[in-house]
Amino acid sequence: MSARSEGLEAPVLLEVKGLKKYFPIRKGLLRRVVGQVKAVDGVSFAIRKGETLALVGESGCGKTTVSRCILRAMAPSEGAINFAFEGRTVDLATLPRKRLRPLRRHMQMVFQDPYSSLNPRMVVGDTIGEPLLINGMTDRAERRRRVLELMELVGLPGAAINRFPHAFSGGQRQRIGIARALALNPALIVADEPVSALDVSVQAQILNLLLDLQDRLGLTVLFVAHDLSVVKHVSDRVAVMYVGRIVELAETEALYRRPLHPYTEALLSAAPTPVPGAVSQRIILERDIADPANPPPGCAFHPRCRYAEARCKVERPDMVEVEPGRQVACLRAGELVLRGITDMPHEAV
Amino acid sequence: MVDPILSIRDLHTEFVANEGIIRAVDGVSFDVFQGRTLGVVGESGCGKSVTARSILGIVEKPGRVTGGQILLRPETGGEAVDLLQLGPKAMRAIRGPEIALVFQEPMASFSQYYTIGNQIMEGIRLHLKLSARAARDRAIELLDMVGVPQPARRVDEYPFQLSGGLRQRVMIAMALACDPRVLIADEPTTALDVTTQAQILDLLRELQQKQGLALILITHDMGVIAEMAHDVAVMYLGRAVETGPVSEIFTAPKHPYTRALLRSIPTVMAKPRTRLPTIEGSIPHPSNRPAGCAYNPRCLELIDDLCRVQEPPETGMAGRRIRCFLHGGRP
Amino acid sequence: MFGMFKSRPQLSQAERFAQATQLQLTWWRFRKHRVAMVSGVIVALFYLVALSADFLATTDPHATDSRTSYIAPQPVHFFEDDGSFRPYVNGLKGVRDPKTFKIVYTPDPQRHVQVDFLAPGYPYTFLGISMTTHLFALRNPERGDGIFILGTDQLGRDIWSRLMVATRVSLTIGLVGVSISLFLGVLLGGVSAFYGGMVDTVIQRVIEVIRSMPTIPLWLGLAAALPNDWSVTQVYFSITVIISLLAWTDLARVVRGKFLALREEEFVMAAELAGASSGRIIFRHMLPSFLSHIIAAVSLALPAMIISETSLSFLGLGLRPPAISWGILLQDAQSIQSLALAPWLLSAAVPVILVILAFNFLGDGLRDAADPYG
Repeated sequence: MSARSEGLEAPVLLEVKGLKKYFPIRKGLLRRVVGQVKAVDGVSFAIRKGETLALVGESGCGKTTVSRCILRAMAPSEGAINFAFEGRTVDLATLPRKRLRPLRRHMQMVFQDPYSSLNPRMVVGDTIGEPLLINGMTDRAERRRRVLELMELVGLPGAAINRFPHAFSGGQRQRIGIARALALNPALIVADEPVSALDVSVQAQILNLLLDLQDRLGLTVLFVAHDLSVVKHVSDRVAVMYVGRIVELAETEALYRRPLHPYTEALLSAAPTPVPGAVSQRIILERDIADPANPPPGCAFHPRCRYAEARCKVERPDMVEVEPGRQVACLRAGELVLRGITDMPHEAV
Repeated sequence: MVDPILSIRDLHTEFVANEGIIRAVDGVSFDVFQGRTLGVVGESGCGKSVTARSILGIVEKPGRVTGGQILLRPETGGEAVDLLQLGPKAMRAIRGPEIALVFQEPMASFSQYYTIGNQIMEGIRLHLKLSARAARDRAIELLDMVGVPQPARRVDEYPFQLSGGLRQRVMIAMALACDPRVLIADEPTTALDVTTQAQILDLLRELQQKQGLALILITHDMGVIAEMAHDVAVMYLGRAVETGPVSEIFTAPKHPYTRALLRSIPTVMAKPRTRLPTIEGSIPHPSNRPAGCAYNPRCLELIDDLCRVQEPPETGMAGRRIRCFLHGGRP
Repeated sequence: MFGMFKSRPQLSQAERFAQATQLQLTWWRFRKHRVAMVSGVIVALFYLVALSADFLATTDPHATDSRTSYIAPQPVHFFEDDGSFRPYVNGLKGVRDPKTFKIVYTPDPQRHVQVDFLAPGYPYTFLGISMTTHLFALRNPERGDGIFILGTDQLGRDIWSRLMVATRVSLTIGLVGVSISLFLGVLLGGVSAFYGGMVDTVIQRVIEVIRSMPTIPLWLGLAAALPNDWSVTQVYFSITVIISLLAWTDLARVVRGKFLALREEEFVMAAELAGASSGRIIFRHMLPSFLSHIIAAVSLALPAMIISETSLSFLGLGLRPPAISWGILLQDAQSIQSLALAPWLLSAAVPVILVILAFNFLGDGLRDAADPYG
């Protein structure tokens, strides 16, 4: 059927192990380090070839930092990022910058902001063709052919090749960004909130395009998002993050049907659904998201958790595999029965 | 049915730009009732925010309201007042005690140099003529009402000391300081996280029920509309293409745009990895409005010689109106 | 330069906009900015004057003559008494003052000295070529005759001619000064932003120290340190360097700020992720993006330079006679006495005000056009 038919038995393309990224807090004239923001504090997961893993969480949860570390746009503080390509595996976390450059073509990124992600001084053809040029395709005619091919792939008219970004709508710009990311035939695409800046009627177009491209090209995608409804439409598995750690990791359908972490439950319940009257059973969390510079002791979620017990304030839960392919970091995971989408009102009658 | 507090009739607001005159709001009509929420929903460029600004008389230059009526029914009963006929001074007496606004970006709406207490008290002292002491007490009371913890301490803090969610609560407290009858919330939760959004929507709902506010909620999010609104106005390129009670908009949408929009919304209920029905093309820039019905280039049900040429009139009855030739108004 | 879009006449209006470069868009926006456009023309005219200063001068700006001391501005008459078009000025005649018995020279309405266009006058060099042609010159002048349209100073030198030459000096000192501070600013600002860390901290602290120094005493000290026996040219360049050594800090901050902001732009990150080298990222992506900001910053830095030179020279700390600059011309207008006697000495203030205003409006217009949302 498609390049994805290998399913969940496919080999692992990327394995992240114990990833940490701390940002120092500096103060004073001498800029002495007075503390650490633990933006990412021990994150582990693996992505198989051809699948989409969604990394979900609210602002400050560290999902963007994880994606930047994987692409080595920033250097991780600790941990391993094992990437399999051309029959071997390298640890991206420790690779020096020089040796990283030839590797970059295998992992590309689709950005959130369709305005800031395109150089306003470069025409579409140059923007999409730049990765080709940098990686050795110096022949103009050959590059132009490939650019036109890519533009067709993402649904842009070839006549637009000489236009500047300011002539395009947000959705079209996002297509340009996707074409640029695909130019080098990467194995992994990191999509950082690729539709959150778009209008609703355009979001669906881009989501469908990503699904189509993945089926046709066998792409592996790390989909970073805050919106659980968008994630439902694109991902095979979902990892939910809260204050620098993954709190739950499961296959999409299972996670939405029966979440195992109270935070996932609240997140699902808070997602606005276009069904009038759905609000009656909403779980409203108290307080704000914890500050990663000063996270609460024990389980970081305990101050907002309605199931929290005394031990949650002291003991920090680790990720535990509760059933095959299903991990959760909650001390009460075995005993709680939480509400998923099946308990929510369906399509209005 | 009771009389509406606020009636917008055929409102027009234009901007003069390099490309020519941009009709940002082009003939919008709707009613707002006490104790009910009107959801105004639409995508970028549909004119929903400009509508809110027009009502309050705070349209930024080079924009100006060029036609229509904004009728506000006085609290004591009697003839409605057309806000567009009022001078700047009379308008200042309307903003705050009658109609108040909550902005999208709470950080940008505060001054960084005054405590939040000072900023809440400013409006109170101006309109309610209270002493400094009484105004401060009222500010603390307001903060408590919107669920700011430890209001007596928070009243002396500066905006940057608060989280996004708390800032939006303070913003709401500020809007409610002079007991307005109409509250306009312009994308009040767009800048917030999902769990914080749920808190703020819950607060708005609770305040409305307690105080009998008439709420105009402006948003791009159909999900927010579904859970908050009693009545809905769907806007596209400066026009309200469909208005009606929330249940009818969601269960029996009539305008092709409303129907397509509802179908294209991602939901948590979907089967994983299912494609969504889409709306073709993109939203034209308001300076580039297509002739005839503005939605015609994206419409799958257009009547060829009609929709491209002629603008559909608003048809239907009070409270359920629509602008589409498929539903009437054909010459 | 801006004619490039005319070469594609087959493009539609929309396509022309779609394929317009940022430079074209900036130019289109700038054209709408009427005050800035007018200011641009004024600035261009000033530099034209600077270029052809000697050509526009009518008498040797250094030539002194006790007889022409403090002559009031003299009009140029265009028509002879018989109504024919033959421009002339009145010659001078000596009259003995009945009280002091000194000879005083005043214009003699009887004597007509004819004015010629493009006629030979005092010799000068233009771009290394020796020339004698001037825009206006007198035909067969007697000693003391001259076209004194702005009058003369105490030493009998023609103010108009001096003003032309002063314009050249004052405007070029601005250009040279800005070039030096631009070089320093881009270099140090770029290094500061690129390397960050300790280097950044050190450069930023240095900038703060320089900016916190009171400028007038500092200039005073530095200018006083210049040896008295230096030639006009040497002093000129030293003053330029002194001014620009203090002025680069502003530009360095602009460059650093813009550089840091651009490095966070997603398109820069995209280039990095595609494997682009630092050189390519800086020169292909970042530099073009802040070139317009630099141009705007420069056009705002220029008037500051010009003012600095003018005020330094006015205070006697900058250029010294026999050099001629706006500041030196204004120095003559320092005392109330001479001002009461010869108010026309103040005429050097007019170009100063005009050019500073024009530069500021031009800079504002450029900035708005380059970055309409910033």
